[in-house]
Amino acid sequence: MWRDHLTEIIVFTALFLLVSVMGFVAARWRAPRDMAHLDEWGLGGRSFGGWITWFLVGGDLYTAYTFVAVPALMFGAGAAGFFAVPYTIVIYPLVFLVLCRLWSVSHRHGFVTPADFVRSRFDSPVLALVVAITGIVATMPYIALQLVGIEAVLKTMGVTGESALARHLPIIIAFAILAAYTYQSGLRAPALIAFVKDTLIYIVILVAVLWLPQKLGGWGSIFDAAEAKFAASPNPNDGILLNANNQLQYVTLAFGSALALFLYPHSITGVLASRNRDVIKRNMSALPAYSLVLGLIALLGFMAIAAGVKPLPGSSAGSVDSNTVVPVLFDQQFPDWFAGVAYAAIGIGALVPAAIMSIAAANLFTRNIYKEYLKRDATPAQEANVSKITSLVVKVGAVACIVFLDPQFSIDLQLIGGVIILQTLPAVALGLYTRWFHRGALVAGWAAGMGLGMWMLYQIPNPATKRAHFGGSAFPLGDFGFDTKKTIYVGIVAVLVNLVVAALVTLALRAARVAEGTDGTTRDDYFADEGDPRVTPGATRGADAAPEPAA
Amino acid sequence: MSASEPEEPGSASSRAKDHSPWNWLLFIPIVVPLIPVFFNADSPRVLGFPRFYWLQLAYILLGVATTTLVYRLTKKRGDR
Repeated sequence: MWRDHLTEIIVFTALFLLVSVMGFVAARWRAPRDMAHLDEWGLGGRSFGGWITWFLVGGDLYTAYTFVAVPALMFGAGAAGFFAVPYTIVIYPLVFLVLCRLWSVSHRHGFVTPADFVRSRFDSPVLALVVAITGIVATMPYIALQLVGIEAVLKTMGVTGESALARHLPIIIAFAILAAYTYQSGLRAPALIAFVKDTLIYIVILVAVLWLPQKLGGWGSIFDAAEAKFAASPNPNDGILLNANNQLQYVTLAFGSALALFLYPHSITGVLASRNRDVIKRNMSALPAYSLVLGLIALLGFMAIAAGVKPLPGSSAGSVDSNTVVPVLFDQQFPDWFAGVAYAAIGIGALVPAAIMSIAAANLFTRNIYKEYLKRDATPAQEANVSKITSLVVKVGAVACIVFLDPQFSIDLQLIGGVIILQTLPAVALGLYTRWFHRGALVAGWAAGMGLGMWMLYQIPNPATKRAHFGGSAFPLGDFGFDTKKTIYVGIVAVLVNLVVAALVTLALRAARVAEGTDGTTRDDYFADEGDPRVTPGATRGADAAPEPAA
Repeated sequence: MSASEPEEPGSASSRAKDHSPWNWLLFIPIVVPLIPVFFNADSPRVLGFPRFYWLQLAYILLGVATTTLVYRLTKKRGDR
């Protein structure tokens, strides 16, 4: 069966090998004086300019899984899947100023992770540990999902096998190569590969949106075909427009996802690797170019409907793997060689975020668990080494998740991940603006938000897949006792409860005069920029938090 | 989390960098794309796209224009 796809496989493999070579060569790109330092391995020397940051952060946020899952959602549910567009529009104005503050304070103090900041700001290793573990738990399934993206492509090319091992061998090899060059080159590898990934994605999407509508009778008939499909389906919540019941879900999901995105450790890694505040601000205006691409990719789901695509069968009998919708569309509509290019774009699109995510998770472990609890006096070289090894462990874990567990488990975890990472918002994002919250209250709020969020997700069934729990993120308000059929995004409710609890406990702890610790940062830290004598220049200065006595 | 969070008092020189009234403009592309009554309709269609799709894609331009404008307007105020 794979013989029918030989051209696609050859093009895919050739491009894959090309980026693998680039990954290894990346260690010498903008070569550091000393790679044995977390600032170099884990943050690319904190020296990336506007273009590199644009490719890196774009390659980081808009992942292969997004490119596969969003059109799959459009294919299955219609308009509700388009939330990805408002989500990636509101995100940039929302964090425009916030990220600059984070950049400044992080560079002054040599922070590598969001938990580093929290530790210093609130003088609380416990809160930092909570933030670090939340970050790692939220990131791990995200890495596993990148493999789901690659697998959808491999499956369409007919690269499958009888046993579980044979079926997964290609992604095991792919991740072994990825792990090797990430180990060697650190953040420089995904930064360099992102150029190829994003270029391929832009080419593929440009061709797809210009050429496919002509073949399918124009945009108008594509939307009409989708409308006809949803009108015929029994599901009341699909359609090419939203209905009265899912509008609130759509808006809160877009807003909640936007709040969550830059709390993910891998997004922050990309931001901290930039050279100065100006690079960040300019990127906030330039990154929406990817949102346009994402919007057009989402519409591939409707093109698949118009083209009569049938997704390939899923892992269990009778189910379909909706993630194969876009690969099958490409297979049907594009010449073989160009379908190969498109598949390579998705495959390489999985490598860039997977590398950055594993680096971010490894940095969190190194800085906030290893250095905090296991080896206080770790040198920068030891830190870099621990981080490199942890990044390998993280990738092995991600592959194991996909090989040994049902991929649905990773999808569930990713759904949970978005909700739980939001619970670090009061400590990390609001913490950049105010130290009003008590450190103990932030832990209490986090626990309340986590508990409520998990309970709500557990309650949500999915009739389409016949699952009783973790069926989605849309919580019916009727379950709270309201007389309505409207649904709302779980994360928003959980984070609001988190904030309320944190505020109330802050008042209580303050009344009880519980010690608040000292702020390791000063007001001035939040405005520092490149050229400031106290901004950590990276290679020449230690990455220890607060190199000077904190005021 | 919002763009113009209230700030504890500080020296005038450091305030100038992040605190400009122009920053309030950033609320426009945060709020407008999240109001469904504006975009949740089929007509008018543009190039075959229902309003739901073309308008939300057009909001990308609103976001880019606003962040670019704020960047330019606040840049002269001592921030590089």
